[in-house]
Amino acid sequence: MSFSVEEAFETAGMILFHNFDIRAVTLGVNLKDLVRPDAAELAGLAHARLAGLGARLKAEAEAVSQDLGVPIVNKRLSITPAAWLIEPCREPDAPLILAQALDRAATEAGVDFIGGFGALVQKAMTAADRRLMEALPVCLSQTNRICGFLNLASTAAGMNLDAVARLGHVLKDMAATSDDALACAKFVAFANAPEDNPFMAGAFHGGGEGDVTLNVGISGPGVVRAVVEKYPDCDLTMLSEVIRRTVFKITRAGELVGRELARRLGVSFGVVDISLAPTTMIGDSVGRILQAMGLEQVGAPGTTAALALLIDAVKRGGAMASGHVGGLSGTFIPVSEDLAMIEAVECGALSLEKLEAMTAVCSVGLDMFAVPGDTPAHALSAIIADELAIGMVNHKTTGVRVIPAPGRAPGDSVDFGGLLGRAPIMPVNRFSGERFIARGGRLPAPAGALRN
Amino acid sequence: MDKERVFVVVIGGDQKGIIARVSTLLFQHGANVEDVQQKVMDGTFVMTMLVDISDCDSGPAGLRRDLDHLGQTMGLTVMVHSESVVKAMHRV
Repeated sequence: MSFSVEEAFETAGMILFHNFDIRAVTLGVNLKDLVRPDAAELAGLAHARLAGLGARLKAEAEAVSQDLGVPIVNKRLSITPAAWLIEPCREPDAPLILAQALDRAATEAGVDFIGGFGALVQKAMTAADRRLMEALPVCLSQTNRICGFLNLASTAAGMNLDAVARLGHVLKDMAATSDDALACAKFVAFANAPEDNPFMAGAFHGGGEGDVTLNVGISGPGVVRAVVEKYPDCDLTMLSEVIRRTVFKITRAGELVGRELARRLGVSFGVVDISLAPTTMIGDSVGRILQAMGLEQVGAPGTTAALALLIDAVKRGGAMASGHVGGLSGTFIPVSEDLAMIEAVECGALSLEKLEAMTAVCSVGLDMFAVPGDTPAHALSAIIADELAIGMVNHKTTGVRVIPAPGRAPGDSVDFGGLLGRAPIMPVNRFSGERFIARGGRLPAPAGALRN
Repeated sequence: MDKERVFVVVIGGDQKGIIARVSTLLFQHGANVEDVQQKVMDGTFVMTMLVDISDCDSGPAGLRRDLDHLGQTMGLTVMVHSESVVKAMHRV
């Protein structure tokens, strides 16, 4: 089989000039068999398993990256939702004992994060779920590499408004107990959370998964931006075609890397998550793709339609390239992690309301955005309820990763550095939904969920 | 056993001795050059070599390290990808 110089150069150029990489290889690990009444014993066993698997993941991922010539950026672990693990533990501080052991395992193994420190509470909470939720501020502020989540709504179950209402207060505590509210950047509130998501902060190893599974998150906003810029005047049908072709190529590379890594680790290969995930590197931006499509700024009229086209083209190209597409498989539009999104907020083009509208057509929800530190807990809960309602009604995943930055107001920003980037503070509508949130109870599942 | 092949992609300004020096290094590693193509694309010199490294003593990692070093001396960028990656991306 012969290849042209253009084809070999295209592969090299994607990596060299447009930040193409495998964003995350995430090993999902079942810990249900380690459940013990003694939290210290559970923590010790979990530490041993995760430190061992994490070190192997890191070593093999680096070897595969060298052998195939494709960069792999992040190596991560996800675990059985932690609320299930602490069910029988009697110690009041069982969540923290577990979190600290997991954090040590991640550090020793050299993996970036361990996800799954959370609970599925879309209908109601068990005592363990409640204990874990209340411990999130201390657990996420006293560890470095642990990510938490709560699934608070699903299309089948509706939305647990009692938990959403309480979460507003928990988020305020998380913001108050960590520098610059960093703990909030490590937590996602979900509707319809996928059980095989390789991306942080929301990765966890769901109840329907096997013992150990490798999931892969590809990336490539820079590659897609470059190809869109090559076609400044073509119509949208043609534009969809060129995006599809490009995403097909990068997904095939992701699938190849994932299968090879799973083979070397001797574990099953789960899914490729075909999300476009931006970074703060110049050009590696979903917002810049939207601008290359013809928008002056993200947030301008037309943004939601442009994003709908982009995400559809990504799915078409990715679905053909991979045997098992899963996880979030959408397009990430985090504010702080994308230079074009930051610019759009700072110039007044992008409001919280428009960002919410954008999430109706892309998977991942309101991500990495900061609001004033004095935003009341009920307003945080109401923002989350709005976003989760979009996911619940539309049979899709949505999530919220909100940073109520202490002492900051619109015009300020909060800078986390690195992958998490810099979040300009977005103003929140000053009118209140407090009485609505205070009602509590459950938002009924949409009638459209009755499909049987 | 299937051959293990990689693409060596050399990018940068055209200059004397690129093919000679890259080929010599590949020879020293026990690698066999099966195909060479070169072209100026968007004003940049691009050379691709399809190289059989089945008998390469140091594996792709060692080859990449030495090619990187050569590239730095000559002011060139050298990328090494497994043939399987290029095949997966460009052939259905």
